[in-house]
Amino acid sequence: MQRLLEFWIAHRVELAGLIGQHVLLVFASTLAAATIGVPLGIFAARRPRLASPLMAAASVVQTVPSLAMFGFLLPVPLVGGVGARAALVVLILYAVLPIVRTTVAGLRGLDASVREAGIAMGMTSRELLRQVELPLALPSIVAGVRVAAVVGVGSATIAAAIGAGGLGEYIYRGLSMVDTTVILAGAVPAAALALVVDGSLWWLERQLSARRRSRSWRVPAAASVAVAIVLLSSGAAARRERGVIVVGSKNFTEQLVLGELLAQAIERAGVPVDRRLNLGGTLICDRALITGDIDVYVEYTGTALTAVFHQPVSNDPSAVFDSVRTLYAKTGRTLLPPLGFNNTFAILVRGADARSLGLKTIDDAARQSPRWRAGFGYEFVERPDGYPGLANAYGLRFPQPPRVMDLTLTYRALAAGQVDLIAGDATAGLIKGLDLVQLEDTRRYFPPYDAAAVARAETLLRHPEVRVALEGLSGRLTADEMRALNYAADVEHRDIGAIVRDFLAR
Amino acid sequence: MPVSAIEFRDVSFSRPGHAPVLDHFNLSVEPGDVLALVGRSGAGKTTLLKLVNRLLLPEAGAIFVEGRDTREWEPIRLRRRTGYVLQDVGLFPHMSIADNVAVVPRLEQWAAERIAARTNELLDLVGLPASQFATRWPDELSGGQRQRVGVARALAVDPPVLLMDEPFGALDPMTRAELHAEFRRIQERLRKTVIIVTHDMGEAFALGDRVGVLDEGRLVACDRPDVVVRSPEPLVRQLLDALPAIPRPPAVQGAPR
Repeated sequence: MQRLLEFWIAHRVELAGLIGQHVLLVFASTLAAATIGVPLGIFAARRPRLASPLMAAASVVQTVPSLAMFGFLLPVPLVGGVGARAALVVLILYAVLPIVRTTVAGLRGLDASVREAGIAMGMTSRELLRQVELPLALPSIVAGVRVAAVVGVGSATIAAAIGAGGLGEYIYRGLSMVDTTVILAGAVPAAALALVVDGSLWWLERQLSARRRSRSWRVPAAASVAVAIVLLSSGAAARRERGVIVVGSKNFTEQLVLGELLAQAIERAGVPVDRRLNLGGTLICDRALITGDIDVYVEYTGTALTAVFHQPVSNDPSAVFDSVRTLYAKTGRTLLPPLGFNNTFAILVRGADARSLGLKTIDDAARQSPRWRAGFGYEFVERPDGYPGLANAYGLRFPQPPRVMDLTLTYRALAAGQVDLIAGDATAGLIKGLDLVQLEDTRRYFPPYDAAAVARAETLLRHPEVRVALEGLSGRLTADEMRALNYAADVEHRDIGAIVRDFLAR
Repeated sequence: MPVSAIEFRDVSFSRPGHAPVLDHFNLSVEPGDVLALVGRSGAGKTTLLKLVNRLLLPEAGAIFVEGRDTREWEPIRLRRRTGYVLQDVGLFPHMSIADNVAVVPRLEQWAAERIAARTNELLDLVGLPASQFATRWPDELSGGQRQRVGVARALAVDPPVLLMDEPFGALDPMTRAELHAEFRRIQERLRKTVIIVTHDMGEAFALGDRVGVLDEGRLVACDRPDVVVRSPEPLVRQLLDALPAIPRPPAVQGAPR
C-alpha cells in the first residue's frame, strides 16, 4: 500500500496522462458505438427478420478475445496498425453489441397501445420514433450504453498492448516486471474508473426513467460535468508530449530497459522522443516499424531471421547479423551495430535441482525429462527455433505437453516448483533473483540473438544525429551488464528511467 | 343531397384464417350525429373504427369520409382530422398531461401560445382544471381522469370526426355515469360526428343519437334508440334482456316494451 502510494506520487504526471488517455478511449469509443448502435438497433427492431442474423454477428464479434482482435486488425489498412486508432476500432466493435441489443429490447418492449395511439393521432413513422418510441426506450438504451462503457473501461486496458496508452500500460509493465505494485497502480484506478462510469450512468438512467421535471436542469448539469471531465482528460493526455522520434519496445522488462535506453540516448542528442514501449510482441513491433507508427526498437538477430523473415535457423553470429541486415535493408529499414550482448534462450532449472542432481548441460536435463514438467512462453512453443527443435536436438521427453503461459510467469512457476524446466532469456534479472541456473547449450541448438537497434531508414536519413546517437550504443552492453540492469528493474523494482540514466552516466 | 360525414359502401374485410369481420357492410353517419355501435367482443367493432381513419384498408367496397374515399385521403391528414379515443387510452407515459393533450397541435406546428391556450381550454372542457392537472403525469391520475385526458387529446385540433373505442369500458359504474353525462354535455356544444363502439347496450342507449347492433359482420339494426328498443331481431332482444335495468333516454320514457 505504502509502495503503491509512493509509486503514484512519483509518477503523478504520467498517471494523470494515462487516466486521461483511458477516459478518452472509453468516451470516444462508447460515443461512436452509440452513434452506430442506436440506429442499427432501430433498424433491427423494425425488421425482425434481419435482427437475428445481425445480433448473431455482433455476438460473434463479442466473443473474439481482444488481443486476438488486435492481431486480426494489425494488417488491415486505415483501421489497423498500432496506436489509439486501432484500439478505438476494437473498443467500438465491442461496445456496439450491448447498445444494439438494448435498443432493440427497449423498442420492442413498448406498450402496443402507446404506439397505436401515436399512429392514430396521425404521427408519421419518424414522428412516432422521435416523440414516442425513442423517449420511452431511452432508459433501456442508456442501460446498454452503461454496460458498453463499463466493459470498455476493462477492454481499454488491453489497448496498451498496441501502444494506445491508458492505464493498461501500468498493468502490462507490472506484468512484465512481475511487480504487483505497478500492476495495482494501473488496475486500481481502472477499477475505480469503472465504478465511477457505472455509477454516473446508473444515475442518468434513473433520472431518465423517473421523468420528473427536475431533470430539466440536472441532466444538463451532469452533462456539463461529464464534458468538463473529458476536456480535462484530453488536456492531461495531451500533456504527454509528442516527440519527433517514436521509440518502441516489446513487452518484457529487458525490452522496456532497451527502449528507454534508445530513448534517452536520442534525447541526449537533443531530439524529442515519444515512447511507445510495451507493444504486444515481435509481430506488432515489426508491423509498427513498417507502417511508421514507431521509428526504432531493439530486435534480436536470431528472432529477426526466423520470426520476421522466416529464414532457416543458423548458428553463426556474424552470418546471421549480415543476412538480417540485408533483409532489413531490402524493406527500408536499417539494422544498427549490435549492442554487445547475446540474449539467447536460456534453458533454466532451479538452483537446488542443479546442485543436487549435478545438472550442467541440456543433455543432463534430457535425462531427467521423463520425470519433469516444462513450462514455456507462447512464442517459444511456436517458433522454429523453439521447443520442437530443441526436443529433437536433445531428446527431451516430458510425460505431459509443456504448460504454456506468459513468459514472465514461467520464472515464478519454476521457482515455485510448479514446473521443473523453462526457456527464459539469458539476460533475465530474475535468474539471479530467484536462484535459477542456466544449462549449457553444448550442441549449439539456439541461434545467436544479438541485440541491435533496428530503425526506419528514412528516419535515420532525416535525422543523422539520431543515427550517431544509436551507433554510440554499439558494444556498450555486455550480457552481465544487461542482466544487472534487468535485475535492478525486476528484483529491486527500481524505476527504469533512473536505471538507464545511471547507466548512461557511467 | 347532403354528403354523409362517414359512409361504408359494401365493405368487406377479413383476417387471414378467420370468418369475415365485415361482409358487404353498409353504414352511414350524418354530420353531427352520434352513432353508438353495440356488439359482442370480436364482432368487428374496432376494425370498423380503424377502417375509418385508414389504420386499415378494406378488401372490397369503400369507406368515404366527408365524401372522399379513404384510399384517396393522405393517411396522416385523415388521421389528424379524426380524433381517436382508444380502448386503453394510450396516454404517453413520458409526457405531462398538458403535453399529451398538445400532441396533435404540436404535430400541426401550432404556435406555442396557441397550444397553451387550447390545452387549458380543453382540460377545462373535460372537467380537469388546467391549473391542477396540466403539469401532472399520466400515472398520477385515476382511470376516469385518464379517460377524460384521452377525450381532450382527441379533440385537440377540433377534428370534425371523433372515433371512440370502448372509451368508458374499464371504469366503475359511478364514474362511467358521470362521464356519460359529461360526454352528452360536451357533444351538445361541439356537435361532432361521432362513432362510439361498446359492448354495453346501456351505454349505447345513453350516448347514441342512433344505435347500431353489429353481429357477424352485419348490421342487424341501426336506428333511433326508440326504434331499436322495439326491434324484433333476436340478437337485439337478447342484448336488451341482458341489461339489468335499461336507462332509457327521455324520448322512450314510458313507451311500451
